[in-house]
Amino acid sequence: MTLPPLDSQQWQGSLRAFGWGLRATSATILSAVLFVTFIGIGALAHDSGFSMLWAILSTVLVWAGPAQIILVSTLGSGVTIVQAAIAVTMSAIRLFPMVVAVLPLIRTPETKRRDLVLVAHFTAVTLWVECYRFLPHVPREGRIAFVHGLGSGLVLIGLVATIIGYLLAANLSQTFGAAVLLLTPLAFLFSTARNSKGIADVLSLGLGLVLYPVAALLDSGVDILVSGVAAGTIAFGVHKWRERQELA
Amino acid sequence: MSDFIGNWHALIVLLVAGVIPNQIWRMLGLWLGGGLDEGSDLLMWVKAVATAILAGVIAQIIVQPPGALASVPWFLRYGALAAGFAAFMVTRRSIFAGVVCGELVMLAGKWWLG
Repeated sequence: MTLPPLDSQQWQGSLRAFGWGLRATSATILSAVLFVTFIGIGALAHDSGFSMLWAILSTVLVWAGPAQIILVSTLGSGVTIVQAAIAVTMSAIRLFPMVVAVLPLIRTPETKRRDLVLVAHFTAVTLWVECYRFLPHVPREGRIAFVHGLGSGLVLIGLVATIIGYLLAANLSQTFGAAVLLLTPLAFLFSTARNSKGIADVLSLGLGLVLYPVAALLDSGVDILVSGVAAGTIAFGVHKWRERQELA
Repeated sequence: MSDFIGNWHALIVLLVAGVIPNQIWRMLGLWLGGGLDEGSDLLMWVKAVATAILAGVIAQIIVQPPGALASVPWFLRYGALAAGFAAFMVTRRSIFAGVVCGELVMLAGKWWLG
């Protein structure tokens, strides 16, 4: 899909910009990855004993794959609500720098903060990546509407996939149920690996995978936090150390 | 219909343990953004920890599998992830190739074991 030129009549009015944003969801492989991930999330919610409404609301209101999976798997394994909330909030900290990075691409000097609430809500890794790709080709006045369209489209894809995954897990044989559940770790691993650029990214992914089984031996209820903070801190330390080596 | 809604307690838990702890960071970003340096050490550390937590989630699903995935023996789960990763690397980082290869290895292994 090619967007119309910046000065085209086709950008007149926010409804048109919204439409272009909605259509942009069809122009990215990330939509397919999103679809696959949320099929896994729907299946996971079903197999952990949550209702269909619960799964739907978690996709619409949380709108962050990792947080949803952590929530389902921690609550499903019987930890307390507080432990689940801590694990979710730790995984969600990454949304903070994403929102901070996305907003300057979108706002104009006249933009009010409340106009950006929905943009902040839609912000997750997929939207973040797509904003960098598409927004330079969208006139600035139309960007909020464009992102609203793009975000609504992505949520709709996630929502349909959640429902399909939930129904599949309820009705499929055990083998295919297992195949649907396996989609989530595969899709997450490869999409994260694809976005890894520096040494810090690669190390935090690799160490995070390896350290979790070790941390799980502690059986602390917050094993994911323990391995995540340890692996992330080591990766950050190595990155700083290498930076200093290069300067010296 | 009551199957669809489930119990109200679980929906409140979703709000308290899921929606609020997640949204708070987006709203803080909206509120405090602007004054923050994207390349700062604090944000780098946060990103590294967030990636490692995500890696932990991936490992958890494979090591302590939920629901139907628990019916797949451990060597098949690990093997599927490894084979998928190999396909991902060989195809110059194709997510699609990695996912398909991982799934095929798991299904083939399960079929072969009977």
